[in-house]
Amino acid sequence: MISFDYTLLIPVLPLLMFLTLGIGGHRLKPLMAGLLGSAAMGVVTVLSYLTAIQYFFVGGGMGADGYVALIPFQFTWLAFTDTLRITLGVMLDPISVMMLVVISTVSLMVHIYSLGYMKGEKGFQRFYAFLSLFSFSMLGLVLATNIFQMYIFWELVGVSSFLLIGFYYRKPSAIAASKKAFIVTRFADFGFLLGILILSYYTGTFDFGILTQPETSPVASMAGVSFMGLSVVSWAMVLVFMGGAGKSAMFPLHIWLPDAMEGPTPVSALIHAATMVVAGVYLVARLFVVYHFWAADIQEVIAWVGAFTSLFAAVIAITQHDIKRVLAFSTLSQIGYMMLALGVSGYGGAEGTGYMAAMFHLFTHAMFKALLFLGAGSVIHAVHSNLMTEMGGLRKYMPVTHITFLIACLTISGVPFLSGFFSKDEILVAAFEHSKVLFAIEFLVAGLTAFYMFRLYFNVFWGQERHYHHTPHESPWVMTVPLMVLAFASVFSGYLPFTHLVSPDRLPFEVHLHWGIAIPSVLIGLAGIGLAWVLYKRPSRVPDRMAAAMGGFYTTVYHKFYIDEVYLFVTRRVLFNLVSRPISWFDRHVVDAFMNALANVTNGVSDRIKGLQSGQLQMYAATFAAGVIGLVLLALYYLGSA
Amino acid sequence: MRHELMLAVSVVVLLVVEIFSSAKHKTNVVLPLSIALMGLSMLVGGMYPEAGTLFGGIYRTDALRTAVKLVLDAGALLVFFQVYGWIRRPENSDKVSEFFILVFSTLIGMHYMVSAGDFMMMYLGLELASIPLSALAAFDRYKRVSAEAGIKYILSSAMSTAFLLFGLSFIYITAGTLHFDALQAAFRPDVLTILGLVFFMAGMAFKISLVPFHLWTADVYEGAPVAVTAYFSVVSKGAAVFVLTWVLYHVFGAAVEQWRIILVTLAVMTMTVGNLFALRQQNMKRFLAFSSIAQAGFILLGMLGQGALGMASVVFYLLVYVFTNIAAFSVVAAISNATGKENIDDYRGLYATNPRLTLVLMVALFSLAGIPPVAGFFGKLFLFNAAASQGYYWLIFVAVVNATISLYYYLRPVRAMFIDKNEHPIAFFKSDAYMRMGLLLCMAGIFATGFISWFFEYLFAVS
Repeated sequence: MISFDYTLLIPVLPLLMFLTLGIGGHRLKPLMAGLLGSAAMGVVTVLSYLTAIQYFFVGGGMGADGYVALIPFQFTWLAFTDTLRITLGVMLDPISVMMLVVISTVSLMVHIYSLGYMKGEKGFQRFYAFLSLFSFSMLGLVLATNIFQMYIFWELVGVSSFLLIGFYYRKPSAIAASKKAFIVTRFADFGFLLGILILSYYTGTFDFGILTQPETSPVASMAGVSFMGLSVVSWAMVLVFMGGAGKSAMFPLHIWLPDAMEGPTPVSALIHAATMVVAGVYLVARLFVVYHFWAADIQEVIAWVGAFTSLFAAVIAITQHDIKRVLAFSTLSQIGYMMLALGVSGYGGAEGTGYMAAMFHLFTHAMFKALLFLGAGSVIHAVHSNLMTEMGGLRKYMPVTHITFLIACLTISGVPFLSGFFSKDEILVAAFEHSKVLFAIEFLVAGLTAFYMFRLYFNVFWGQERHYHHTPHESPWVMTVPLMVLAFASVFSGYLPFTHLVSPDRLPFEVHLHWGIAIPSVLIGLAGIGLAWVLYKRPSRVPDRMAAAMGGFYTTVYHKFYIDEVYLFVTRRVLFNLVSRPISWFDRHVVDAFMNALANVTNGVSDRIKGLQSGQLQMYAATFAAGVIGLVLLALYYLGSA
Repeated sequence: MRHELMLAVSVVVLLVVEIFSSAKHKTNVVLPLSIALMGLSMLVGGMYPEAGTLFGGIYRTDALRTAVKLVLDAGALLVFFQVYGWIRRPENSDKVSEFFILVFSTLIGMHYMVSAGDFMMMYLGLELASIPLSALAAFDRYKRVSAEAGIKYILSSAMSTAFLLFGLSFIYITAGTLHFDALQAAFRPDVLTILGLVFFMAGMAFKISLVPFHLWTADVYEGAPVAVTAYFSVVSKGAAVFVLTWVLYHVFGAAVEQWRIILVTLAVMTMTVGNLFALRQQNMKRFLAFSSIAQAGFILLGMLGQGALGMASVVFYLLVYVFTNIAAFSVVAAISNATGKENIDDYRGLYATNPRLTLVLMVALFSLAGIPPVAGFFGKLFLFNAAASQGYYWLIFVAVVNATISLYYYLRPVRAMFIDKNEHPIAFFKSDAYMRMGLLLCMAGIFATGFISWFFEYLFAVS
């Protein structure tokens, strides 16, 4: 038996680092704080890899039938009943171990990269403290043994995201973005909490191990109860999904993610590309058994929400000029893929391809999307702008950034034998088996993806050279080394034997490349790249003319389908005027008035009775005797009436 | 019994040391020695608690009683940590050891009260505690207010004891015994017994300072030295609360209807009147005196519960209250020792000059007000829970309204310290090492009892 006791250190080290840097950071030199944070993350990464190797490849996680969920550490925090108790612990199973690898790798790269990117920024130590807090929260989230622990860390992740988006707290747009992100996700989390409460009310447990047993899960017992035409399980699970959709920025709760790009770019890479935004996917995967067996209707909803988001975001991405926003919409689109894959997945054997593919794509996407963001950061670092219109011809000045960025673009476009090709192909296979319409949507999105990514690539690295304030230069090695590491991962992570590692029933299975689907999807990807080549490789007026020809549609897309405006209308006009105003009037004129009256009366009485405390001992004694007599009468009255 | 013996030995040791130590370094010898002796007593008495009886059942001990005694000892110990600045003043130099000897003596009395198996024993313990307490109240005898406090306490106390004894005599007339177990078996709810019950409760209510038996409290608390006031408000109250709860549950269990209605009446009056008076106080000691009256009202809610739930919630609250109230009093003592200032207005702008002390006082006041996540919140929660288990929802509503009012006055010092401007705030001063140690222990206690559920679970298990 292999001991996994050391896994407790994985979340605890970043927490200690947060406390150290948070409390004593200002006494350290900035570089020292950064190195300290990176060193701690390095240790966490080593431990995570050790866990993965021991769990998957040495046989530490393999039980009699499939992988088992190990709980190396657990303690009870609050016990309500014998089964309903809030525990905090560490759970290792295939998906949590996989997430450990993803989070620690990306987090370490971002820690190192930020040494260069954030150099000289005010609050450097604070930045590292927040990064550590985020890493702690995210690791705690994936290691959660029960849904309540997950919720606690879920909120912590939200807080650290809030802090990091608003890192430049003197910038009004950053503050607005951080507030927006927090409010939108918090709103979604309200649904999550309600879902948890319904689920635990009926099942009497929070424990993932108990909830996700296909044969013995207590969820089965609540399947018969229905409310407003939908079973209670479906209600609970759709509310839980609402929480997941908020964090993972699924339509229509996606509006916070583009604005969140106001945060420092390494933060976008870590939180808003690779880790936090996939928390929703992870949540659905965690409760996959419940969705699949008892809330199949909601699983279908998840598939369609995922598909719609991926298409919707890909269309918007084509029109954006801010490179980080293009990447943000691309992230939305790719997470849509993962959700779709979970939505169409079956349970046993090759049926579980969708589930496996979602996790596989989560893994590869984390690598290449973090690479894209860090590459974009490197470009922004060099030209001091986020806008594509102010870039061009940068390949000569920034060779490393150029090559790694190209690798990432090829990967996300699904070019064969890079990692994105394998994971996307599995998703398309799973979608094809489930529904031809969903497959068609995703097939189209694959083409769009290739097009907008290469539009970005050509605009930045080729195209017309702009007039720069100073000659752009390649970034320092602390920034380029993480790019190279992630490029390596983007190329080769597709060769991991995921079907042997992750599956809904935790049994290894075999799938083979489905050439009938792979070839067309590669072709449409190449078509997208080709179109971008034609339009954007050299400076040309064709794109502008095409945009003009599209007219109203182009404008609508450019404004992200006016979803933000719709929200503003609903909140400002409808909610504020029709609900908040009357309530606020009631609060001010009725509730407050009552409280004020109460306070006045209390003060008045207090004034009046002050005289009783006279300091005269005789009076005290008399009061004492009167009190005794009163109590005697009271007790005797009760004795008589009883 | 080893617990009480150890305390008695401590008194003897202190007496001997008093004789042989030079007057010059007395504080530096006696204070650490007392702290060590108290720690030793807690260790000796608290280790391996076991149930047992002595002297034909008039002395009894078990795990719960040991726990209560440890709470009381802890209170005394924390008080010791805050006296350094006060006891080493020249005017106290001739009676340094007396303070500690008196405190140990009162503790012996309270231990006997807690361990009583018989009303006679309880009465002896009560008196053994009361008489040194009045000496403690008058400890600053060169000050008029302190002497007055001592006199007021001894006279009021004598009167309450008279009532108590009178009540006990009624009980003896009807039952022919004062032994707890025998009384429980022979209980008859006739008029004389009920009279005895009410008189007994009045006597205890005096010690706990429940309204309308509370009038002595403000004068004594204000007049007595701060350390003694802290001791009064926490330790002496704690012993009486436990004894009252235990006797009501186990001796007068059959008259539950009668004593519940009395408790409800007292609770409503105590919470409300305590709050109303606390609203207007300017002197921090007087303010804390009325706050502690209101707090006692909340404890009655826990007594209304039943069995282990009620008992555990009461004792847990005592534990929380020890840390919280002594933390508040320690800060008041530190400021009073350094500057002689005791009014809320004097505290304005304190955060700018003494941030750490301010934070401690803030945490303590938050805990008293019951703001989560500090211990006071959980303490109140369990008290309300105990009352709710017996269906006293309207009383809980009254308590919640009172807790809300109390928030107003607990936040007044906080507001003064953090928000109000002051051109001449109390200048920065450095507290002595004992004080800092004591405050640290109090903070640790407030957070530990708030976050670690083991304490309540243990008390529940042994209740």
